[in-house]
Amino acid sequence: MGMSGSITHDIIQGPPRPPVEGGWEGGGGGGFEGRGAFRRASFTGLFVMLAASTMLFAAFTSAMVVRRGLSDDWASMAKPPILLLNTAILLASSLALDLARRALKSRNRARFNGWWTAGTTLGLLFLCGQALAWSQLNAAGVFISSNPSSSFFYVLTFAHAIHLLGGVTALLYVDVQAWRLRLGPAKRTVIDISAIFWHFLDGLWLYLMVLFYVWG
Amino acid sequence: MSAPTHLAHQAPQGFIRKYVFSLDHKVIGIQYYFLGLFSVFLGISLSLLMRFHMVNPEAKVSWFAHLWPTSAAGGMMSPELYLSLMTMHGTIMVFFVLTTVPQSGFGNYFLPLQIGAEDMAFPVLNMLSFWTTFLALVVMVSAFFVQGGAPLSGWTAYPPLSAAGRITGPGQGMGQTLWIASIAIFCGASLMGAINFIATTVDLRCKGMRLMRMPLTCWTWLVTAILALLGFAVLLAAGLLLILDRTVGTSFFIPGGLMISDQIIANHKGGSPLLWQHLFWFFGHPEVYIAILPGMGVTSHLLATFARKPVFGYKAMVYAILSLGFLGFLVWGHHMFMSGMNPYSAMAFSVLTMAIGVPSAIKTFNWIGTLWGGQIHFTAAMMFALGFVSLFVTGGLSGIFLGQPALDLYFHDTYFVVGHFHMIMGVAAIFGMFAGTFYWFPKMFGKMMNETLGKIHFFATFIGVYCIFMPMHFVGIAGTPRRYSDFSNVEYLAPLMPVQRFMTHAAYFTAAVQILFLINLFWSLWKGPKAPMNPWNSTSLEWTVPSPPPFDNFAGVHPVVNHGPYEFSVPGAPTDFIMQTDPPSVTSES
Amino acid sequence: MLLAPVIWILTAIIAYFFAAKTWWFPPPINAHGIAYDQQFMRTLIVTGVIFVLAQCALGWVIFRFRDRGRPASHNHGNDRLETVWTSATALLFLGLVLTGTKIWANVHFDQPPADAIPIEVLGKQFAWSFRYPGPDGKFGHTDLKFVNDSAANPFGLDDKDPAGKDDIVSASLKIPAGKPIKLIMHSRDVIHNFFVRELRMKQDIVPGMEIPLSFQADTVGVYEVPCSELCGLGHFQMRTTMQVMSPADFEQWKIEKAQK
Repeated sequence: MGMSGSITHDIIQGPPRPPVEGGWEGGGGGGFEGRGAFRRASFTGLFVMLAASTMLFAAFTSAMVVRRGLSDDWASMAKPPILLLNTAILLASSLALDLARRALKSRNRARFNGWWTAGTTLGLLFLCGQALAWSQLNAAGVFISSNPSSSFFYVLTFAHAIHLLGGVTALLYVDVQAWRLRLGPAKRTVIDISAIFWHFLDGLWLYLMVLFYVWG
Repeated sequence: MSAPTHLAHQAPQGFIRKYVFSLDHKVIGIQYYFLGLFSVFLGISLSLLMRFHMVNPEAKVSWFAHLWPTSAAGGMMSPELYLSLMTMHGTIMVFFVLTTVPQSGFGNYFLPLQIGAEDMAFPVLNMLSFWTTFLALVVMVSAFFVQGGAPLSGWTAYPPLSAAGRITGPGQGMGQTLWIASIAIFCGASLMGAINFIATTVDLRCKGMRLMRMPLTCWTWLVTAILALLGFAVLLAAGLLLILDRTVGTSFFIPGGLMISDQIIANHKGGSPLLWQHLFWFFGHPEVYIAILPGMGVTSHLLATFARKPVFGYKAMVYAILSLGFLGFLVWGHHMFMSGMNPYSAMAFSVLTMAIGVPSAIKTFNWIGTLWGGQIHFTAAMMFALGFVSLFVTGGLSGIFLGQPALDLYFHDTYFVVGHFHMIMGVAAIFGMFAGTFYWFPKMFGKMMNETLGKIHFFATFIGVYCIFMPMHFVGIAGTPRRYSDFSNVEYLAPLMPVQRFMTHAAYFTAAVQILFLINLFWSLWKGPKAPMNPWNSTSLEWTVPSPPPFDNFAGVHPVVNHGPYEFSVPGAPTDFIMQTDPPSVTSES
Repeated sequence: MLLAPVIWILTAIIAYFFAAKTWWFPPPINAHGIAYDQQFMRTLIVTGVIFVLAQCALGWVIFRFRDRGRPASHNHGNDRLETVWTSATALLFLGLVLTGTKIWANVHFDQPPADAIPIEVLGKQFAWSFRYPGPDGKFGHTDLKFVNDSAANPFGLDDKDPAGKDDIVSASLKIPAGKPIKLIMHSRDVIHNFFVRELRMKQDIVPGMEIPLSFQADTVGVYEVPCSELCGLGHFQMRTTMQVMSPADFEQWKIEKAQK
């Protein structure tokens, strides 16, 4: 693989394997237990990344709260109803991924592949639904610069969609690798990581929906 | 499936994979170091031009006209050119030097070595973060070459000046847009770096390397990474909002009722310039600690090594680092006492700001405690570490004035502030980098640097920076506002011109002696005597491997740590230092 | 080793210039300024003592514990000492903040008296304007569309509004000595900052906000007002003056100004 590596390469293969057969036994603070260490590091990396994303959205949220409180020009925008459908799709995709992981635990590859593909498809569908929501808003004359309410709607949903694009890429990657039998019950770090990231995006979306409908 | 062989960790062949798109943390560390070295000399050059203009505002220099045909037409530097130089000096120094070298440069190279790991946790991500930083620098420097030139709104880019576009001044068009884009790219790079640093420190420590056995350098890199993670995410959000205000006509930061250059700005209303300041300084204050913490780590490490004594109060030092990191997020408002924010919140920010003086004081006391009763070896590296302590005290104490809103009523945006942050965040951090360079150069390049030249460079620089930045406090007390390209319009500034001229000459001198450093660096790289494995009799893990270390750091033999990081002059031990990897039997203490 | 005397000499030079006050504040012109200078001196003494002690101690350990072939002592620290100096610094720093609280409160929390003279301050790239309500005590209505800098109407006074007929617009600030003043500050474009050294006061003027600042000046004289927040390429030129006049002179000035 060498230079053809990518970020997913890191997540799958993780940090260097122990140079000696048998690995580096037990650690002081953590130490190196071969594959266990890179699995742990991958999870740490994931959660650290989620912390960064959380800060990004926290910053947007606090900007929104401040901007809304300061001005008298805030006019709550009408939310396109398709958002509710999108929410349902995203929740369903998360559910499908979870069912897939359960199948993986019971070592049922075929069922895993099925559910995972379903989840991935729903994820793509959500992105299409979002594109539809934006175009509906555009058609209704609600643009990013129309009002602070719509500005924040576009900024937050777009930032979420960028995250989601990354998530879908990971899901697709897992899907392809799983069909090719490159990933499976014995090698599931990347599966777990993509699924956790996806659940995070799911929760983030629910949070954004509450934010829009209550304060937006 | 068969386990994939870890090709990323076999030594790569070929120039490109070995030295350009390398996955090796050591190569990436060196790449960051040289990126920072280029940036620091660029930043110094810009500051010399500024210092020249401040004392010779009318001077005509023919090559200025060649460099900047419009903004220095006829060879005379325009006020907007001065402000562009100032903005770029601040930005390049803060982001591409102070953030890049101590953390991404030395940290990348030495964190895995010091904790006994073969590489960073995510080597590809590591490579990406370097090249993203490189891209950010290219975009930043390109702002000089677009129409209108580089932006003139300072490294803090306060809106509306930074948000309303070209109408607010030359450089506020394309130049400012590129500036924000570069900062956003830099944020991405820093986030990638932070993920790597944290995961590596948490999960890849070798056997026996408990957290409380990590060298203080590793602690500072870890806390710095956490600060970068949380801070740069917020700056990224702020930058995106600012760029939207500029390009698609949103009003996050631009209020209504503006009239700029006789034009009524009709398409913006309701935005808050203070919102930007809050978001910016929420990042900006932790950024100060991003710049200085690794320097503190290196200083602690070196004082112990060259005084041949354990760090005084290792635990207190760790807690001080942690509380600096934590409090660093609670004090951003002290940059905004005069901004028009709620004066009651200023009181809260001020108490928290004074609280941050406490861990800083702990560090200073402990450094002196470390030296006390030691056997101090005056290597060039040690000189810079000692210089760091002196500068840190000087720069820190002026913060006690600025942290009080009452006194900031006068000092805000005067040269007192400029003197303060250059002392502590600028030169103190740079002394940390010099100390790190002299200390680690043998490990990084397998050659020794010239000690005599290093000491001459140290003394000239140490005296030089005091001569540049100490008088700034005095002209600040006399009321000199910062970011003035020319002092001739304010009458009370005229009697201070001799001091300004003194500072300019001190700056010329100090910049000139940096050539000694460059000569030392490159000469030693080429002709320096070969470095042994452990030239300084240090204890940490990087000194247990050859200089420079092999591709996978520990050549397949993974270290086991049995001792704390600073076991110097242990009674009864055969030598005055116990390596962290020495067998436990060397001493009864662990 | 050589470093020790270098640190001592630098410390001595710096301490000398702080003590000699070679480059210093101008004399204050009101009670706030006097209180400010006291707080500054308190802080200077505390930090000055710490500065001299810390630098001298640093020089001393460098000199005393230079390598003379004697092995270093081995100890990992002293928790009691650690606690003592931590709490000492905490108390000292906190004390300093608290002593300065009143000065800040006087500037920002106290409401100006009802008879304070209101003056509107306008900052724009790169000039200052000041507006007095005139004998009727009322500011006239303004609108950006009436703004005409070359016709001396930077505020955009609406000439249809009778309240604005007697408004006085000036390019420099004139105030009577010993009377409370209430500035109402606006910016038309970017952030500016109103700063008068002798008042020991400074305040950002943020577009979209109305920022009050109240004070009183007791000493007659002319004081400079340099813009102190980066506002663009002409930042360094954005200067005006504040003239403190005797109340009689001030009244005279207003009458003359109104006749023009």
